[in-house]
Amino acid sequence: MTDEPMKVHEKRESSPGREQTTPGKTYSPDTDIYETEEALVVVMDLPGVDRGRLSVSLERDQLRVEGGIDFSAYEGLSPVYTEYNVGHFSRTFALSSKIDRDGITARIAGGVLTLTLPKSPEQQPRRIRVT
Amino acid sequence: MTSFLDPFAALQRLQQAVEESMSSRGLGGSTAGRGAHPPVNVFQRGGDILLVAELPGIDKQTLDVQIHRNHVRIAGSRSTAAPEGTSVHRRERQSGAFDRTLTVPFAIDLDAARAEHKDGILWLTLPRAEADKPRTIEVF
Repeated sequence: MTDEPMKVHEKRESSPGREQTTPGKTYSPDTDIYETEEALVVVMDLPGVDRGRLSVSLERDQLRVEGGIDFSAYEGLSPVYTEYNVGHFSRTFALSSKIDRDGITARIAGGVLTLTLPKSPEQQPRRIRVT
Repeated sequence: MTSFLDPFAALQRLQQAVEESMSSRGLGGSTAGRGAHPPVNVFQRGGDILLVAELPGIDKQTLDVQIHRNHVRIAGSRSTAAPEGTSVHRRERQSGAFDRTLTVPFAIDLDAARAEHKDGILWLTLPRAEADKPRTIEVF
């Protein structure tokens, strides 16, 4: 457990690989990626995104995550003072290893998405016994 | 140079000037610790103030929200460490602790204040205390 003070960093606008058709800004979620022997794990901060507004797609080794914000929660509120912007999230990653598509699991809780992308069996390291 | 005739008045003015220079425009000298984590958005709904902060991945148990008169303190921490024995490709999510105190321009009704942490967003509803509300006095 670290107790380093957390710093504020500006949200980065995402650079969409395609033209936007929805109004409003889209931000690039902060992401951690780590790899185990069996899988690639992607952890993303998506504050304000619930299961119903999340879309994860994998197409030709391109992993795309889109998270929508429910702006209706802000209806009837008049802003007094703002320090951060609110917008949808989107980000695309190019995956280097082959993924077993059927084994992908996604879980979102408390604004954090955890994606587990199991590597296909031929990509997993094999231990060779030395005789 | 009348300002130095009364040292206490001078000190008070200095204090005010320092506070003003550090304050934000929005709430007019009412938020302390600007630039501290977490960033907040402040809204008004009727006579209430709504503080909103993005706090994804924070356990409700470690989130500490305290209200005293017109001060709100938000403190907590989170850890984003990858499990041991894994190779890390990318690390952008911050971990660490935060502690921020904000001041609103009125006394808060402590019993009616509500905090909700939903989908990684903290919504703090801060109603104005009844005793602090302006009252119309009938003129005879």
